[in-house]
Amino acid sequence: MKQPFRLPHGGRIDRNRPLQFTFDGVQYTGYAGDTLASALLANGVRVTGRSFKYHRPRGLFGASFEEPNTLVQLETGALTEPNLKATQIDLKDGMNARAVNCWPSARFDLMGVFRWFKPFMPSGFYYKTFIWPSWRVFEGFIRAAAGLGKSPVEADPDRYDKRNTSASVVVVGGGPHGLKAAINAAESGHDVLLLDDQRELGGSLLHGAEGTNAGGTDELGQLTQQLRCLPNIRALTRSTVFGYYDDNHLVAVQMLSGPGPRQRLWHIRAEEVVLATGAIERPIVFPNNDRPGVMLASAALRYVRAYGVAPGRKVVIATNNDSAYDAAITLLQAGIEVLAILDARPTSDFSAMGKLRDAGVRLEGGVAPTNSSGSPALTRVEWHRIDGSGKAQPGTGEWLPCDCLLVSGGWNPSVHLFSQSGGSLRFDGELQGFVPARSVQRERSVGAANGSFDQTLNVQPLWSVDVTALNRTPRYSWVDLASDVTEGDLQLAIQEGFSSVEHLKRYTTTGMMTDQGKTSNVNAIGVLSGILGRPQSEVGTTKFRPPFNPVTFGAVVGQQLGPYYHPLRLLPTNDQQQALKAAMEDYGGWSRPAYVPLKGESERDAIVREVNALRTGVGIIDYSPLGKILVQGPDAETLVQRMYVNSMKTLKPGFCRYGVMIGEDGIVFDDGVLTRWDQTTFQVGTTSGQAERVTEWLEEWLQCEWMDLDVIVEPITTQWSVTMVAGPNARRLLERLGLDIDLSSAAFPHMTARSGLMGDMPVRIMRVSFTGELSYEVSVPWSCGAAFWDRLLSLGADLGVTPFGLESLMVMRIEKGFLHVGTDTDGSTMPQDIGFAEIMAKKADDFVGRRSTMTPEGRRRDRRQLVGLAPVDGTTVLPIGGHIVDQKFRAPPHKTQGYVTSSVWSPTLGRAVAMGLVEAGRERLGETINVYSVDHERPVAARIVEMTAFDPKGERLHA
Amino acid sequence: MIKFDCPFCGKRDESEFRCGGQAHIVRPGPHNEVSDSTWSEYLFMRDNPKGWHRERWLHLQGCRQWFNVVRHTVTHEVRAVYGMTAALPPIESEARSG
Repeated sequence: MKQPFRLPHGGRIDRNRPLQFTFDGVQYTGYAGDTLASALLANGVRVTGRSFKYHRPRGLFGASFEEPNTLVQLETGALTEPNLKATQIDLKDGMNARAVNCWPSARFDLMGVFRWFKPFMPSGFYYKTFIWPSWRVFEGFIRAAAGLGKSPVEADPDRYDKRNTSASVVVVGGGPHGLKAAINAAESGHDVLLLDDQRELGGSLLHGAEGTNAGGTDELGQLTQQLRCLPNIRALTRSTVFGYYDDNHLVAVQMLSGPGPRQRLWHIRAEEVVLATGAIERPIVFPNNDRPGVMLASAALRYVRAYGVAPGRKVVIATNNDSAYDAAITLLQAGIEVLAILDARPTSDFSAMGKLRDAGVRLEGGVAPTNSSGSPALTRVEWHRIDGSGKAQPGTGEWLPCDCLLVSGGWNPSVHLFSQSGGSLRFDGELQGFVPARSVQRERSVGAANGSFDQTLNVQPLWSVDVTALNRTPRYSWVDLASDVTEGDLQLAIQEGFSSVEHLKRYTTTGMMTDQGKTSNVNAIGVLSGILGRPQSEVGTTKFRPPFNPVTFGAVVGQQLGPYYHPLRLLPTNDQQQALKAAMEDYGGWSRPAYVPLKGESERDAIVREVNALRTGVGIIDYSPLGKILVQGPDAETLVQRMYVNSMKTLKPGFCRYGVMIGEDGIVFDDGVLTRWDQTTFQVGTTSGQAERVTEWLEEWLQCEWMDLDVIVEPITTQWSVTMVAGPNARRLLERLGLDIDLSSAAFPHMTARSGLMGDMPVRIMRVSFTGELSYEVSVPWSCGAAFWDRLLSLGADLGVTPFGLESLMVMRIEKGFLHVGTDTDGSTMPQDIGFAEIMAKKADDFVGRRSTMTPEGRRRDRRQLVGLAPVDGTTVLPIGGHIVDQKFRAPPHKTQGYVTSSVWSPTLGRAVAMGLVEAGRERLGETINVYSVDHERPVAARIVEMTAFDPKGERLHA
Repeated sequence: MIKFDCPFCGKRDESEFRCGGQAHIVRPGPHNEVSDSTWSEYLFMRDNPKGWHRERWLHLQGCRQWFNVVRHTVTHEVRAVYGMTAALPPIESEARSG
């Protein structure tokens, strides 16, 4: 296929490597080295997209990250990626892309009817629908039409990578000033990292106007030669720095090719940063300036020089500064016909003026474009004479036939990263743009990014061409092509009071799309400044935020996917649990068995079987995640006495005591069993999810408040593997292990602890019970946990030893009325609400949080207290979270008196049992209440009872 | 992300640390003599300066040690890093930023 707009030579493309690609279903050919955009332009595809709101036909306007119009959906299925700028996609053989936000194609868009609705969609339209007549009138219509591309619905098969690095000097931008800065820094011995978003280093040397930079590509050759000789420069191409954070922390995304990851995210720390990010050309705002064929002059230059593509055949240039004249010369040299230059300035003393005139270019001064026509793409441009304030003069108009209008409204230094770094900007009168003023971090901007250009631009401000004298409306003068915002929209918004630059942005959506206003923001500020009659320096800019350019989620996520998103900690018996086909679940970051089903057994059946086995025989569970913290030292007793609600200094060596910890605010935050091994050694037991938190908590008090205490705190959770052995036959099973510990109830009663040996392996046993049965928690070194488990299973085979899961354990602890912190307590539960009032009263010493329990709030009579709940019918399992309401049924709303915290069917008792937090619950034992929940049509009647439903005297655990 | 100069480990990323809020808050006591208002002042009331702030940080993903810093809440500049029992370093511009 031929490429009608491809120039006979030039461009940094490989003409021997043609590539086939498809756009909007039509097949085209481009070359290796093209972007999707340059290949489309070469093929004469003029309509490349549809505008966001009104579906107006749009063409290529930029050539890089500033492109507002040509957003595509790349590829299909799992590989699809929405809203990519065609100017940033390197062409590949077989590539398939579609314009977003149109159907069936950009060229024939049936959604183009939206164009006719423009008068009914003023600025702030979206917000106005909330007010009048009702959001519902518009909701369906807006939801159906909103958005651009389509998100992928399948998992991304590509891989993404992340790396950290640092350098003493990081240079952002590989143009002439960036290259020089990198070379200078490297020559003075610094370790330098240079990043550039393009395939090749060189920046404007590769795609700017020829002749403006001394030497052009020759200079580039020289610089790259120098660069190669300096081993202390690392250069990353196709790498866009998109975020600049505190302490010179930069984040970049690198495009990769070939096998392996598709993109790589870089976190970079720099001692010093050099920003050589260049400048972005400004458009000229005039009626119908959005027609395909209107393009930035700098973009046209890039298409000619980097890709060997002509932006059109008959070109007109509109400008307000000198840079467009260089562009004209470069275009002429490439053999492109330049018909006229329309300069807003009355006179220009550009040096090569004669050369242009000789080439037959018509030069008009003091004029500006005022309209365009052509369907769907540009065929004519109208211009008028303008006065000093940019006002078009009636009766001076003329239409020029052309197929391409290049615009240059001046240059905006690319200050995005500088501004993200915290630096402040000032409005430069000579440049008519914002430039870096004061740095906050160790950073400097160089070259165009700092507002210093190689030539003087002699800019005359022209924020929009004023066509009121021609009796025309600014309603079609596009300021922001990407967000579809016109000068008329800005005027209306300002008239409605949105005159702060940040309000104007949000109300009109100026600068809010994938290009983040790269070509529109400064013109919008200029328009605002003109209407308000205040200088730009006072109006200011909107806040620049990362990312500079959109980044795909894949790059941000990297490889933290699936099992690597939140890696679970594994039990020492993980292999054994897997072999048993236990149902493993995430409990506080640990992979633990929920239940251990026999083949084909349901969850419910498995739990019933496990509970019965424990109540009648013996069961085992790997209980290793139970938090274990060693507290040791002469002042260990003082520390635990201050940390627990109950008195711990009376605990004798070899004994265990259940205790509760509260925050300084009085709220229960953990519970567990404290064991005293000897006079100066305690072991704090915590709930498994809180082991780290409690360690930090103890450390904070020791290091920040009680620096005088001589204690060490050491987390030992993963030093000891713990197996809970519970059930009437638990002792019989342990007796077979050959321990040197007397297990008889007289020698080793409930709530005591013993240490000993099994062969030469150290063993620690605590006789504590969370099931209500005779129960031991046997600790062995972590590495011996798996072998110990296997030994228990083989020694207890004839006893029917049953591996069980946490769900069965939960059933048994609810039968016993043992609370579970975080389930049966919430963010307002104090110890007096869970039965610790008397225990606290008996303790004389202060402890953390004590004073908070004594406040008026802590003494309120109607505090929610933990009680047992029994459904009156005996069979209905009360809904967890169901609210406690009056017994008398009324239609909601009801005042809640608390809620059900734990509730199960008890296989042991053959009835439903539950616990809940109920207002003044302890005083209301025996009262019947209702439990209200959306799960049940009618409230369920239940009685407030004691918490312990099974074996209230505790005879079994003392067996 | 800012960096903190841990007195034990050197400069490390902020993500390794946890902020413990305002430093040098004195815990009132004994518990049975403290008034409700003194206690709630201690529990809840904190300075919220735009400027220099003495606060305590924990190097959680490192040495697990607490230390104090003087940090500027606008610029994140850290003026001083000092131990939990060290004497309070002066804040030169305290009057100005206060």
